[in-house]
Amino acid sequence: MWSWVGHRITGVGIFFFLLVHVLDTSLVRVSPEAYDAVIGAYKHPIMIMGEIGLVGAIVFHAFNGLRIILVDFWKQGTRYHRQMLWAVMVLWFVTMVAFSIRHLMIFFEGWEGF
Amino acid sequence: MTATNSEAVLPAQGIEAPRSGRIDPKYLRSSASSGSFEMVAWVFMRVSGAALVVLIFVHLFSNLMVGEGIHQIDFAFVAGKWANPVWQFWDLTMLWLAMLHGTNGMRTIINDYAEKDSTRLWLKSILYLACAVIIILGTLVIFTFEPCLLDDAGNLMDYSPSFCESVVN
Ligand code: HEM
Repeated sequence: MWSWVGHRITGVGIFFFLLVHVLDTSLVRVSPEAYDAVIGAYKHPIMIMGEIGLVGAIVFHAFNGLRIILVDFWKQGTRYHRQMLWAVMVLWFVTMVAFSIRHLMIFFEGWEGF
Repeated sequence: MTATNSEAVLPAQGIEAPRSGRIDPKYLRSSASSGSFEMVAWVFMRVSGAALVVLIFVHLFSNLMVGEGIHQIDFAFVAGKWANPVWQFWDLTMLWLAMLHGTNGMRTIINDYAEKDSTRLWLKSILYLACAVIIILGTLVIFTFEPCLLDDAGNLMDYSPSFCESVVN
């Protein structure tokens, strides 16, 4: 039940981010200055935390979505749905630890201060 | 909740699809004629979802996990990627699948929570309009993008990716 709530909330969140993301990328057609200025906002420490949250939402939605697909199409899917939810959470955790470490290390290496 | 899955003891055959025939037709919002569209939408959510895992994971990896990660993202980086038709096609496919998948998911959610006919109509109209605008805009940006911009004096602008020097001069 809560996995369904989580899937729904992350789906909506990602959808609204995607609207914004296509708009900010469209600035490459306005001018290089405009694009670089706006995309620069993604390099602020607060946004770095936001990116980790966003990737966390995407990775949960992706793995849990694959679980839904397996429950629907794989013969044994309904039998193992609970075990697969555990797998989703473990894989989510491992992926997020790896992503967060790499993202933060890159961020601190190139950070020029406020 | 018991220790074992209750589903596990049910036979694989002989279970009706959820809600089939158990709800009086007068309580159903849609007529039976929309059945095939809903079926296509259901399959599309699963097929596009599986494709999006690959598309999005590679997108995030190549933009944030390699090279200088978040710091490398600027105009020249985008120009460099879209100089390659593979990335143009990659981003185009991702744009269309994610927008259609997300829009169809939002449609489901609107159907679930907006009870008044007029509210549903309004929300879905805004949703479809937003979807169309974003897909058209994103597609145009990918295909009309000009990486090697010149200033008024005809010199290559500072922001240009390095390959422009061999193209322009
Ligand atoms: C990363 C790969 C993805 C996978 C594997 C995936 C998978 C799924 C699946 C299986 C469903 C359930 C559909 C149904 O019950 O009929 C779903 C729903 C949904 N997805 Fe995705 N999806 C992915 C990416 C996305 C993206 C990028 C967005 C946003 C643009 C998104 C937004 C939604 C929304 C809003 C729903 C509806 C949630 C609901 O009805 O409760 N998904 N997804």
